[in-house]
Amino acid sequence: MTILKVDDIGISFGGLKAIDGVGFSVEAGQIFSIIGPNGAGKTTLFNVISGIYEASEGRIELAGQDVTRFAPDVLAARGLSRTFQNLQIFQRMTAIENVMVGRHLQEKCNLFADLFRLPSVTRQNKETRAAALAFLDEVGLRDHADTPAGALSYGACKRLEIARALAAEPRVLLLDEPAAGCNSVETEEIDRLICRVAAKGIAVVLVEHDMKLVMKISDRILALERGRPLIEGSPGEVRANPAVLEAYLGKHGAREAARA
Amino acid sequence: MLAALRHRYGILLVLAIVIAVLPLAFPSSYYFRVASLVWVSAFAAIGLNILMGKAGQVSLGHAGFFGIGAYAVAIGPTHLGVPSLVALLLGCLLSALLAFLVGRPILRLKGHYLAIATLGFGVLVALVITTESRWTGGPDGMSVMKLTLFGWRASGSDTWYWITGGLLLAGTWIALNLDETPTGRAFRALHDSEIAARVTGINVNRFKLQAFVIAAVYASLAGSALALMNGFVNPDQAGFLHSIELVTMVVLGGLGSVLGSIVGAAVLIMLPQVLTVFQEYENLLLGAIIIVSMIFMREGIVPMLSKFMMGRRA
Ligand SMILES: Nc1ncnc2c1ncn2[C@@H]1O[C@H](COP(=O)(O)OP(=O)(O)OP(=O)(O)O)[C@@H](O)[C@H]1O
Ligand SMILES: [Mg+2]
Repeated sequence: MTILKVDDIGISFGGLKAIDGVGFSVEAGQIFSIIGPNGAGKTTLFNVISGIYEASEGRIELAGQDVTRFAPDVLAARGLSRTFQNLQIFQRMTAIENVMVGRHLQEKCNLFADLFRLPSVTRQNKETRAAALAFLDEVGLRDHADTPAGALSYGACKRLEIARALAAEPRVLLLDEPAAGCNSVETEEIDRLICRVAAKGIAVVLVEHDMKLVMKISDRILALERGRPLIEGSPGEVRANPAVLEAYLGKHGAREAARA
Repeated sequence: MLAALRHRYGILLVLAIVIAVLPLAFPSSYYFRVASLVWVSAFAAIGLNILMGKAGQVSLGHAGFFGIGAYAVAIGPTHLGVPSLVALLLGCLLSALLAFLVGRPILRLKGHYLAIATLGFGVLVALVITTESRWTGGPDGMSVMKLTLFGWRASGSDTWYWITGGLLLAGTWIALNLDETPTGRAFRALHDSEIAARVTGINVNRFKLQAFVIAAVYASLAGSALALMNGFVNPDQAGFLHSIELVTMVVLGGLGSVLGSIVGAAVLIMLPQVLTVFQEYENLLLGAIIIVSMIFMREGIVPMLSKFMMGRRA
């Protein structure tokens, strides 16, 4: 079942087309990767899909409904979650509080009940904390629940962002370079985590420079170059296209991909 | 006692004890008055701290709401025959409504722009108060009818000490309540990363507006309390300098720290009283002390102290 459908998206900054005619669709439980060299427009595409930028052309459908130019919080309520390439952690909160914020849409939020912290608020808070702890456990950060997020390592912050995004129980999860800056052990953990997430039926859209990871876990891959789609296909098809790969991954990247 | 300050009820208990015990050391009614001033200012600062310290939005016009509260209890009973307590509630309502209407467009602004927009609001309120002299007494201010409750007249500095002390306890309780709630977390989230808050489903405009309205109501209540206590209001209470004073209390005491706002208010109210011995150098010294403490305690007095205490124990 197609859950996210992106159709002929375009956006420009000061006359420069950062994204032009990009389209793809992702099914529930699928791992869909987007690759391309630096500046290809991968993050920009995520920003358009998650409502941070407004597309100047094209159409986005989430679970069969048109959501083009919807606000990020409205999209979140419809089941879209994401992480950020440049970390967007709530630094002054503990790890578990970060994930509890991720549960915002699952919680009842009433200003007056909160101001007086009625018993129902305390009860809900306990439930939220328990749920958040389970998501921390999922990404291997259970032991750091009460650590201030600002004191976590880079790799831990990356995983914390995934836990926060998962806490919203999304239908579509956009991951922007989750393995960047992680060592090989951490990368393998993220690899397994992504597969577990997809196995639950969540559609995962992955932007990642680690070709080994991408080739191993993706169901489909879309390659972008300067904002335009180059090819889309299975990892096998993309890998079997060395000339295209070389064009935007460089010789080194092409070799690495061929080996993977 | 220090460990108690980590828990909501611990803080309230310590504060209640301080309020209850302090008068034992007061040699004259003048001390009751200064302490009441601290409680009232702390109350307003706690509200502003919810906006600034939790939600991360600045307001340089907050005395505007303080002034609305103050003039509500002055104008209501005198000109409209409304009982003081009802006038106080109407003041809160008006402040909340104005905060809502003004906040909707201006809270979309960020940083300096928001600062200037809120400053403009404060200046406007002060201007209206000064020029509408038929209602407000203009620059000279006006007297305020005493608060009477079921025939009992609230007067005397010791009476007002207990009223304002009780008010401060209630305000502290509400502010502390917010911490472990979805609303409180939404405030802090949009402070740290607005973009991440938005993609986790937080309607940031709505929560900024809520914080602004809460802070406005706190200021309005504090204004009403001060006016009823003093039996007199003047436009300075709504003025720019008072706005700056409130911001200074919040920042000096510690952004995001409820206890900090009380400490900040205490310092800013008591320091000038202490510094009067230096006569014409009073303001100079006050400014210097604030500058130096901000350089050495950038996070504010209370967060700095708590870090120091934790560091020593570790
Ligand atoms: N807000 C913006 N204003 C102007 N230009 C922008 C903006 N956002 C992105 N761009 C431009 O769009 C292009 C694509 O950038 P983007 O960050 O999407 O690339 P990317 O594929 O994510 O690269 P990387 O692999 O380095 O993360 C770049 O040329 C960038 O300068
Ligand atoms: Mg990018």
